[in-house]
Amino acid sequence: MSRMREAIERGEFVVTSEVGPPKGTHVEPMLEEAALLRGLVHAVNVTDNQSSVMRLGSLVTCHLLQDHGLEPVFQMTCRDRNRMALESDLLSAAVLGIENVLALTGDHNRLGDHPGSMPVFDFDAVTLLQCITVLESGKDWAGNELQGTPTFFAGAVVNPGADPLEPELIKAEKKVAAGAKFFQTQGVFEAETFGPFMEQMRPLGVPVMAGIILLKSAGMAKYMNANVAGVSVPDSLIKRMADAGAKDKAAKEAGQKGGHAVATSIEIAAALIRKLKPLCQGAHIMPLGWDKHVPAVLKAAGIELAATA
Amino acid sequence: MIISKAKPFEDILKMLEGSSRVFVVGCNDCAALCQTGGEEQVKEMAARLTAAGKTVTGSVIPDAGCHVLDVKRVFRGVKDQLADAEVLLVMSCGVGTQAAGEAVGGEKRAVPANETLFHGESQRFGHFAQRCLQCADCRLGETGNICPMIRCAKGLMNGPCGGVVNGKCEVDREQDCGWYLIYQALKQFGRLDLMKQIMAPRDWSKGQPTVVLERKPGGAA
Repeated sequence: MSRMREAIERGEFVVTSEVGPPKGTHVEPMLEEAALLRGLVHAVNVTDNQSSVMRLGSLVTCHLLQDHGLEPVFQMTCRDRNRMALESDLLSAAVLGIENVLALTGDHNRLGDHPGSMPVFDFDAVTLLQCITVLESGKDWAGNELQGTPTFFAGAVVNPGADPLEPELIKAEKKVAAGAKFFQTQGVFEAETFGPFMEQMRPLGVPVMAGIILLKSAGMAKYMNANVAGVSVPDSLIKRMADAGAKDKAAKEAGQKGGHAVATSIEIAAALIRKLKPLCQGAHIMPLGWDKHVPAVLKAAGIELAATA
Repeated sequence: MIISKAKPFEDILKMLEGSSRVFVVGCNDCAALCQTGGEEQVKEMAARLTAAGKTVTGSVIPDAGCHVLDVKRVFRGVKDQLADAEVLLVMSCGVGTQAAGEAVGGEKRAVPANETLFHGESQRFGHFAQRCLQCADCRLGETGNICPMIRCAKGLMNGPCGGVVNGKCEVDREQDCGWYLIYQALKQFGRLDLMKQIMAPRDWSKGQPTVVLERKPGGAA
């Protein structure tokens, strides 16, 4: 039974983080960093060929995390598998005891490191969720009986910063109709705009976990503002990161210890979680390589898991 | 119509390696409109081939390069020139290239001078837009007459992906997001209810692999 599902159903504030499988077979550093999250988060998302860059598989990484005492959220994109492969991987996940599945469309192949590969997109996020629901009914997509019925806890993503928002909300509504039981959002940086978004999501009756991206630098924030759909980092936060970066630079030149950017990033993320907490039912932290700072973020945000988790 | 563009001349010469006597076949339909197989381009090709040391034994431009019976009819008028050639260079689409090969009874190699790009509209002179994927599973009635399989880079069936920025596609920031176009069209028609329905994924068993379509008397397929 998925502990994440239990926590959500109990109405707890649920926390997840995210790991990206390595490019290659050297899994130890990822597992060591992930182990730091044990007992601090309800589950850990495992990205699926993130940014269309070919890596170690999400499913096997999920299994490794289980072996290390972490509950995984199996991210599945529709980019590189047709419906047969997706269904087969879902059955494989079920057999391995992996219940949490996050259904995503996936970035286009052209954006990644195999731009000449075939973009599959046989299913989209909505039909993938529908397929998960069908499998749970004891049949496959084509209507054939399954020997043994899998159980999943399926979720989806929604982008609060989509502009215009209406098509995004229509799609979210379809995701719920197709079987989404929770949402994780794209990175949120302003509680002021997240509130009105949540007003629109509330009628769907599905818990929403706010996406928290750890800012690494002012440059990264500016890059995301320019290139990542729906992400908008306010100037005030960019300035704080820039100031912290300048302090680190000065410290380095003076031969002193820096750490200002990391500390500021942690402060920003923790403050956001505190502000967003009354508005939604969880936080999904995207450390983008800064996995080791996630415990500090949770501590600063005052997040502690209930003893049952 | 079928939209094509010319292959680089070096690529054409590479395909013609080992054959010095070439017969050029154009197409007075789509390829002529695309300026890849009309009279002017066929003439220019013959001149370039000659300059490259090839012997052009002759050329024809059928009304439609894909109409095998018509190509055969035109070929009957240039029998000797065809017989004199080792290879046919076809300035048409991929269909025309194969039709030319069939029209000579498969006895000579036919090679393409063009890349076949898509099935599209001619919007103004020299400007073409891809519009149909020939999927045999047409959903235009539900998508505001905008094809998501073409206009969405991922061919998604249920709304925009997370990569859209300012209504533009993540693959090409100059291209409109197909699902934003569909959203706007359906909103204008007062039919956003259509967008709210979950659309089934494409049925790949429809139309594929249909290699031959036999039309029965009365017009039914």
